[in-house]
Amino acid sequence: MAEIVLEGITKRYPDGALAVQDFNLTIADGEFVILVGPSGCGKSTTLNMIAGLEDITEGTLRIDGQVVNDRAPKDRDIAMVFQSYALYPHMNVRDNMGFALRLAKADKAVINAKVEEAARILDLTQHLDRKPANLSGGQRQRVAMGRAIVRDPKAFLMDEPLSNLDAKLRVQMRTQIAALQRRLGTTTVYVTHDQVEAMTLGDRVVVMRGGVVQQVGTPQELYDEPVNLFVAGFIGSPGMNFLAATLEQGSLRTSLGDLPLEDRVRRRLEGRDVPRDLIVGIRPEDFEDAALVDERHTGHTCSATVDVRESVGSDVYVHFTEEGGPAGTAELAELAADSGRADTGMQGHRIVARLSPATRAAEGSPLDLWLDASRIHVFDPATGINLTHPER
Amino acid sequence: MMSHRNRTLTGWGVVNVLVVLYALFPVWWIVALSFKDPSTLSDGNFVPRKWTWENYHGIFQTSEFTRALINSIGIAVIATTIAVVLGTMAAYAVARLRFPGKRLLIGMSLLIAMFPPISLVSPLFNIERVLGIFDTWVGLIIPYMTFSLPLAIYTLSAFFREIPWDLEKAAKVDGATPWQAFRLVIAPLAAPGVFTTGILVFIFCWNDFLFAISLTSTTAARTVPAAIAFFTGSSQFQQPTGSIAAAAVVITVPIVIFVLLFQRRIVAGLTAGAVKG
Ligand SMILES: Nc1ncnc2c1ncn2[C@@H]1O[C@H](COP(=O)(O)OP(=O)(O)OP(=O)(O)O)[C@@H](O)[C@H]1O
Ligand SMILES: [Mg+2]
Repeated sequence: MAEIVLEGITKRYPDGALAVQDFNLTIADGEFVILVGPSGCGKSTTLNMIAGLEDITEGTLRIDGQVVNDRAPKDRDIAMVFQSYALYPHMNVRDNMGFALRLAKADKAVINAKVEEAARILDLTQHLDRKPANLSGGQRQRVAMGRAIVRDPKAFLMDEPLSNLDAKLRVQMRTQIAALQRRLGTTTVYVTHDQVEAMTLGDRVVVMRGGVVQQVGTPQELYDEPVNLFVAGFIGSPGMNFLAATLEQGSLRTSLGDLPLEDRVRRRLEGRDVPRDLIVGIRPEDFEDAALVDERHTGHTCSATVDVRESVGSDVYVHFTEEGGPAGTAELAELAADSGRADTGMQGHRIVARLSPATRAAEGSPLDLWLDASRIHVFDPATGINLTHPER
Repeated sequence: MMSHRNRTLTGWGVVNVLVVLYALFPVWWIVALSFKDPSTLSDGNFVPRKWTWENYHGIFQTSEFTRALINSIGIAVIATTIAVVLGTMAAYAVARLRFPGKRLLIGMSLLIAMFPPISLVSPLFNIERVLGIFDTWVGLIIPYMTFSLPLAIYTLSAFFREIPWDLEKAAKVDGATPWQAFRLVIAPLAAPGVFTTGILVFIFCWNDFLFAISLTSTTAARTVPAAIAFFTGSSQFQQPTGSIAAAAVVITVPIVIFVLLFQRRIVAGLTAGAVKG
């Protein structure tokens, strides 16, 4: 168990590709940190640099107080779970899990005891003598986990360990991993591009994009106070709705009508250089069926025609098309491509609202929608910065 | 539907039988010859009228053949071992590492493979004379090794490329030195490739006639294919056909044994289960 400190870590591949740029993070002892971001943003590269599988171009990496930049992976005492599991196909489960201990010249009896303990925890006892080829996907994943936990390392690094599993198994393993990490208390860095995993697993989440850290914070912080358009759009499912807006006489003119500048928003915008053209971000749950809201004075009411109604039991999702022009900026277009949400910022784009199941909304009929104007986010379209973020 | 499938099957069966007959006919001819009594040697029968071990007996009487057999086995085994060991390391580097001169290495080995051996025989002859390795085991092992290395590197690097990178990374993180990672994880997985290559290289060395006949002058290093050319009949007027046939059969046997022995090691799909595929 150990603290991991990354100071100005930069990775430039020999072909000149800048994969990670000035990465600063202190991971506390026992903390569970998630690296999340779209494909190719440098998550694996960062993890591989911590493990020692990739050289660090610039910066300092400290594990447990010691600079380990130039140490071989084997001298860093770190265990890694690979996306592909990377089980040794010629060894049975027992040998796979005991491999690290055998290399460390541990006592046979000790190895056996540790492997069996790990197998018990991971429910693999009856498979110990099988080869990886004869295991199911979930079992292989657990063997890969087992290989990490038998060693009692300073830290666990996991590179998308669940992405090869089917949805149901993924949820199950996610809970198991969280429980296991809490029980062992080992510092863990976990890479994923699934934002649900990121939100549910970690103590803190690091959102990356194009090799640059966008924001570090608890899942709630990222959700409530995203620093920029990218984080706002990436975190949350369904994602935040973005509307083009112009600031006019103390209110925000959007295609949903003029949104009043509530106190919270006004205070945060004060003292900032606010351009006239803006992007407004509204979380789906900040909408409500106007018929079900009593305190209308704080918000704003507009009407729209429901395109699609999706009921998931606890909530009803209502999709409707924004009348006016879309909030089309380069930032949003990129975000849409990055996060795979083709609807973001596209022509005639959809707005999603999460309503109480009591709503009468029906497909094809008009609906009065209320939105909580005090919870909106305002972004600068040129830089993508969240102007309503409490800091800076 | 059914009859269509049956007809296809029958068609394939017939073709198979024809091909096998075509391939095995000369083999049977040689075997039959080797068991024929000298008097019936040229009677043109497919099956010997009078079976005899005399030809086999005969070739093992003289040291000419036994000595050549020892040379053949020794030279082929040593050349194969060296070629496979060097080839394994080179192929690993080619498949896995980025290093300066990689293209050059690949280019060079391609170049060697493209040279017709016949064009190199006379230079080699002169070089070996000067170096004093003409007509020695070393004098044959070196060209065999050189000419089989490109083959070894190509087959082996194909096998190495099949082995997932992650396995090696996993081994390193598990605490293995690069050598341990190679020895304990990569090499066992490359074993089928190593054995396949070994068989190919061995067959190449074993069957070579050109170098064996040009780079030897005595029985000191003459291998069987060359030695057979020097066979004489028991009398001046007798053709050594029977002895040649027997010798040919004898030198085929080790190859068959070699292949059968290692075939079991060539387990297809040894890497199954390493990664989710
Ligand atoms: N060996 C390499 N040489 C050059 N560029 C590389 C190399 N490996 C990765 N890159 C580049 O570095 C960037 C980051 O790659 P990385 O593998 O860290 O992404 P990732 O965030 O793990 O993505 P994914 O979610 O798809 O796994 C990518 O743009 C990639 O093209
Ligand atoms: Mg990755």
